Amino acid sequence: MDLLKRIFVKVGVLPFLLVALIALFSLAEHRFMSMSNLLNVGRQTTYLAIVTAGQMLTILCAGFDLSVGFSVALTSIVTSMVMVSVADPTTAMLLGILAGIGTATLVGLANGITIAVFRVSPFVVTLGMLSVAHGLALLISSGVPIFNMPEQLNTILGLGRVWGIPVPVLVALAIVALIWLLLSRTRVGRYFYALGGNREAARLSGIAVRKYTALAYVLCGTLTGITGVMLTARVASGEPNLGANLPLESIAAAVIGGVSLRGGEGSIIGAIFGAILIVTMRNGMDLMNISSYLQMVVMGCLLIFAVVMDQFRLSMKGR
Amino acid sequence: MSELLLKAENITKTFPGVKALDNVSFDLRPGEVHVLFGENGAGKSTLTKVLAGSYLPDEGQIYLRGKKMAFKNPYDARSRGVSAVYQEFSLVPKLTVVENLFLGRELTKHGLLDKEAMLRQARESLEDLGFDLNPMAKVGGLKRAERQMVEITKAFQEKMSVLILDEPTASLSDKEVIRLFELIVRLKGEGVGIIYISHRIDELKKVGDRISVLRDGRNVATLDMAEANEEKLISLMTGRDYEEIFPVINTTPGKVVLEVQNLSTVTGLHDISFKVREGEILGIAGLVGAGKSRVGRALYGLEKITGGTVIMEGYAVEEPTPIGSLKLGVMYFPADRHKEGLVLCRSVRENQTMAALPLFEKRGLIDLKREESTVRGIVKKMNVRPGRIHKAINNLSGGNQQKVMLSRGLTREVKLFIFDEASCGIDVGAKREVYLFLKEQAEKGAAVIFISSELTEVLHLSHNIVVMHAGAMAKTMPGKGASEEDVLSACFGYDYQNICNNGDGSQDNGSVVNSIEG
Repeated sequence: MDLLKRIFVKVGVLPFLLVALIALFSLAEHRFMSMSNLLNVGRQTTYLAIVTAGQMLTILCAGFDLSVGFSVALTSIVTSMVMVSVADPTTAMLLGILAGIGTATLVGLANGITIAVFRVSPFVVTLGMLSVAHGLALLISSGVPIFNMPEQLNTILGLGRVWGIPVPVLVALAIVALIWLLLSRTRVGRYFYALGGNREAARLSGIAVRKYTALAYVLCGTLTGITGVMLTARVASGEPNLGANLPLESIAAAVIGGVSLRGGEGSIIGAIFGAILIVTMRNGMDLMNISSYLQMVVMGCLLIFAVVMDQFRLSMKGR
Repeated sequence: MSELLLKAENITKTFPGVKALDNVSFDLRPGEVHVLFGENGAGKSTLTKVLAGSYLPDEGQIYLRGKKMAFKNPYDARSRGVSAVYQEFSLVPKLTVVENLFLGRELTKHGLLDKEAMLRQARESLEDLGFDLNPMAKVGGLKRAERQMVEITKAFQEKMSVLILDEPTASLSDKEVIRLFELIVRLKGEGVGIIYISHRIDELKKVGDRISVLRDGRNVATLDMAEANEEKLISLMTGRDYEEIFPVINTTPGKVVLEVQNLSTVTGLHDISFKVREGEILGIAGLVGAGKSRVGRALYGLEKITGGTVIMEGYAVEEPTPIGSLKLGVMYFPADRHKEGLVLCRSVRENQTMAALPLFEKRGLIDLKREESTVRGIVKKMNVRPGRIHKAINNLSGGNQQKVMLSRGLTREVKLFIFDEASCGIDVGAKREVYLFLKEQAEKGAAVIFISSELTEVLHLSHNIVVMHAGAMAKTMPGKGASEEDVLSACFGYDYQNICNNGDGSQDNGSVVNSIEG
């Protein structure tokens, strides 16, 4: 009992949930533990994992980013629009990818500057930006999906494999490794933790608090852009409604993974496991034929539960 | 004496890393004033919070009139007649005085707020207490002393049998203090027991019946007030003599490091001029609100400067910012280490190097090995305990946290240290280590600005003393040979000696032994 308590205080509710879910799903549905399904879970996790990595950076800085959802949609539209307007497939892909990631990075920059320099609450800024991004995506695309993109996009970035490993998984692994390096080995990472944990103390220690806060949102934007491009490649079309679940799922993943909403605490590994948990949950529920409407209810409850457990953990720590 | 009003037996209360109360017993008789005396961090406030229901003790029992009690929260305690007035205010700034006074127990008529009745009652209470306050004023706009009055009024409105007063006179004027003492006498007559925390020995002698001295979370003695004298109380409080605590600092001040000319700020500082030299410790003393902290903050770039010049090593600093100040070799340590100093959820290591990370970089990455060995060296040197550098810093005691914060000064080159209340809220042992740190830095040739409310330390450590009063410099004097009276006279802006000799309730500024403001 004491050991379980220690695990809870140290890493949060995640290990318990994960074990419980895997047990539940493997008992309820034999297909769950099959190799093809597990691979499927791995592939699905990549998209959420990359957004969660970005989301986590903003949460470390005591904020969060709601705009990740339709920022993905906007990226998807921009990428596909650029790609269909250029004739040469290789050039089209390169330009499209750059334009998409660039757009999402700009969204992040706008978020970051408004939050860090004008000190508006992340909630208001990113909620507003969510609407802006969605509006723009619908406006540019007139609300209809964009097809006829270079085929290689889907075959390489969407379904391709290198050394037998799906490309999206490789991209996600590389990103996670980079973020891990950033957080544990660089000044930038330390500053994120410091300013998220105590903004004033960070400022008095000579940390350029505004600059680094903005940087967290910019990086989150870039990672969201990468996700947007990869999702576009996966579905082989520009979708103006892509990624609507991402804000909730990425915040839930990070928080369940032990990233504190108060800022300054959490690890990338925890956040990624949070993402794995959420995808596992969705996958298991799909297999059990639980309706997607009910799934939404479950996901919402999960987020609230995660935050409640986070509070609970804090009070246990204090004691 | 008749039966005990309140009795606490073997109370123990532990916070992460600190035993705030260690087996403390305490009792209170009806109609007496029982004083709690001790250094900052000795456990006085924790004890009162346990008695008033804010904290649950880990061990021990509380009896009210012989009946065992376990207060669930402050409201529970209050409803049973135990009221407390704390230093930190429990008022809502956006509400008016009346709204605050009736918060949580509003008067109603037909289910609606009875504003008239509340206003009338508030006026009566304020008048009764002799506080000249507008009940319709927003609390946020009141001065510190006025907020204190509201706080006291709030406690007095309730029917009570035990009243806890934590430094009630800290920001009251003479007249208001006299009034407060009259009220205390009145309450005593009604059989109310009063627990009174203060550092001012003269004041304690006037109001106290008994006194308990706390040190490091233990009750080291309970005496009748008549048996207590200053010398005895101080040795009980610190556990040693002054001379043991304060190191001798051997430096000869060298060339000027910082020169300030006619500095003024948005926050009301004006005409501040002084110089600090290499190896010199400049003490800055003053009462709450006199501006001593603001001097340090302005120099480091935390308050907007509106006039005057700041010259650091011959270089005129236009507009100081923390980043710029650090580059020039100025390091500031804030008074509130939790709010502005430390990132509590992060490790000792990260807290220690956060102001000097670029110095630990190699090809864009932090050289973790070198960082770790530096941190380990400093932790050992500063005697930080426990020395586990990966542990979150909120597990450390106040004194050790303070040492970690100060040791940031060892991670990069510093030419001017600004300490704001460097020894606040830490035990005597840690205090001595802080002083030794100061001594070492000064002897190495750093200039030091030492801002403090603890008069004794300013007197013992400073080469020169600046006394602040109402945002300006009231007096500058050499540290050697300066007496408490000299500094206090300047602090209060009038001749302290004279006031003291007038005796009889006409002064509130009794001999400030340990601290001016607590």
